[in-house]
Amino acid sequence: MTAVNDRTAQNDGAALDADGAHRQAGVPATATVRTSQRPASTPPRKPTFWSKLGSAFAMFRNPKSIAGLSILGFFVLVAIFADVLAPYPPTRIDNTARFQPPSAAHWLGTTHIGEDVLSQVIHGTRGVIVVGFLAAIIATLIAIVIGVISGYLTGWRSESLSALTNVFLVIPGLPLIIIVASMFDDPPLILIALVLGLIGWAWGARVLRAQTMSLRTRDFIQAARANGEPMRRIITVEMLPNLMALIAASFVGTVTAAILGLTTLSYIGVIPVTTYNWGTILNWASAQGAFRQNQWWWYLPPGLCIAAIGVALSLINFGIDEYVNPRLRSAGERARAMKKKGMNVNDTVTVVRTNTKTQENA
Amino acid sequence: MTAIDSSLQTQEPDAISAGTTATTAVKGRGRVPWRFLGNRALFYLFTLWAAITINFFVPRLMKGDAVDQYLARNRNVSPEAADALRALLGLDTDKSLLQQYFDYWNLLLHGDLGVSLLHGLRPVTEVISQALPWTVGLVGFATLVAFTIGTVGGAIVGWRRGSRLDALIPITTFLSTIPYFWLGLLAIALFSVNLGWFPIGKAYGVGVTPEWSFEFIGEVIHHGFLPATTIIIASLGGWMLGMRNMMLTVLDEDYVMVAQAKGMPNDRVLWRYAARNAVLPQIQSFALSLGFIVGGTIVMEMVFSYPGVGKLLLDATNAKDYALMQGVFLVITLSVLLANLLADVAYAFLDPRTRQTEA
Repeated sequence: MTAVNDRTAQNDGAALDADGAHRQAGVPATATVRTSQRPASTPPRKPTFWSKLGSAFAMFRNPKSIAGLSILGFFVLVAIFADVLAPYPPTRIDNTARFQPPSAAHWLGTTHIGEDVLSQVIHGTRGVIVVGFLAAIIATLIAIVIGVISGYLTGWRSESLSALTNVFLVIPGLPLIIIVASMFDDPPLILIALVLGLIGWAWGARVLRAQTMSLRTRDFIQAARANGEPMRRIITVEMLPNLMALIAASFVGTVTAAILGLTTLSYIGVIPVTTYNWGTILNWASAQGAFRQNQWWWYLPPGLCIAAIGVALSLINFGIDEYVNPRLRSAGERARAMKKKGMNVNDTVTVVRTNTKTQENA
Repeated sequence: MTAIDSSLQTQEPDAISAGTTATTAVKGRGRVPWRFLGNRALFYLFTLWAAITINFFVPRLMKGDAVDQYLARNRNVSPEAADALRALLGLDTDKSLLQQYFDYWNLLLHGDLGVSLLHGLRPVTEVISQALPWTVGLVGFATLVAFTIGTVGGAIVGWRRGSRLDALIPITTFLSTIPYFWLGLLAIALFSVNLGWFPIGKAYGVGVTPEWSFEFIGEVIHHGFLPATTIIIASLGGWMLGMRNMMLTVLDEDYVMVAQAKGMPNDRVLWRYAARNAVLPQIQSFALSLGFIVGGTIVMEMVFSYPGVGKLLLDATNAKDYALMQGVFLVITLSVLLANLLADVAYAFLDPRTRQTEA
């Protein structure tokens, strides 16, 4: 909410600048006061393509988001260069090296038929990243279209789109995927991504609808509508920039859900084991009793990788949350600052006063 | 913002005395929000219809026939018996799809969900009602505990902002991002296999018959401890993060500052003023999560081979036992819808603004 306020404040600022330029031409008395505050030698910089791009990604410009993006970037690189990085082909069977603990030849040991676990984990990254992002792209696109349109329109069209969103929100996802996936003998990864995306868009659409409804009554949208801008332009140029943070948050949330969904389905065995991902590795490990025989090198790495991606995505989301709602960050910072002065943020006002007095005395 | 707020507050009494919309809103508080309830009822009926229709079509789109699968398992069934089975399951292809659809509705309204091939042709309702108490008991308990700990903990973490307690948020979030089935498998490997503290899976030991005795109840608690604990660990983070974020927002409100300025004890400000308002969204998501108790635990029941509804659905899907599959999906959908209804009602009761905007 507050982020959007900030954005509108920026818009107001831009309008003021424009006004200032007009008044310079007419030179009324008040204009000189205004321009004197800002040196005339530096005219307000026009937003370039790059500065616009930078402000569109402002929600990622904080330590938490950057840390999360770095971890995610690492996994994306691993997925791209899996063929180069993996020391062995993931399915190469080596009967002389079964159930081997980590060694110099096999950094993460081997499976029940001598496959290299490290190579499997590296190759498994690909499926997870591809499905996670593909599902999230599908889900986010649907969420934007349905959410923004149903928030912008009024009347029965808005209500029926909202009802559609709610239906998808309450239909239990995992049971439905299990049933749908079992319709196919060998579902390709793209189909899995499609189903995960089709099931995961509703929450994002609901959030975007609420925000669009609140944006619709703001002054700058009213002004755009009064100017006779077409709906297409109002939505893409005026509204979408103000919804970027929410869109990013729902995208990240869907990636998390899709990755957890994919690995869970692979573990359950609904998705065939021909395409390697971390869930498939865990499926094999569990089926071959790795958990009962303490073959930790087999079952720990894939799980830790899923957890690492989960942490990266929730770090990004923390960053976006704090950008959207600055209180989340400032509350802690303020409390710490007060603590440094020897005050407690929850103390009553009188106690704070005596504290400042003693400080003055000292 | 504050300037606007204060100007609004000074205007409010004038508006009420002048008899503008403000007074009608105040008067309308006690009225039943018929339009709101009507809209919701329409929505639930529509969703129910959509779910049941999906439920009807999905098995008919699937490859492979339940009876074929059944024949593959039992060789000594004659072709006539197979045809009779098809007729019994409503799978005979003589009838048109529309006719099958109406038949399905007719049976559904009579409470007849068909018979389960997987469970020796016992009625589906009987099979499900046997599994339901296990799921609802275990997961319901775990959800309640996680909600309570998470909400109270989140309130305290939000109140003591900036302290070391802030570290709890990333820790619990980490625990909720790791995949649940992995957490469960690790717990089994550590506590059941290596330490031997808890039995591996199942709701009670082999050869024990369910009865109302202390011995049996103790056995159930012993078996249910690991599943319940892992569910609590995995779902704690969401509750705690949500409550803490709401607390931080609410603590910045003016009425909290006024309460503190009046010299109210901190406990009272925390629980009666801040937490009481911050808990509203939590209660709504709690009601929603009640709906996922039945359907959301498929993985837990698979990992711990717990005899609940989720395992029923998995087994039914693998064996292509359509009637059972449809029945379980129907029960899951119904419970989600019921929980949504509960969330609506709870919200209308707890947050007077919902009623006011309608009036």
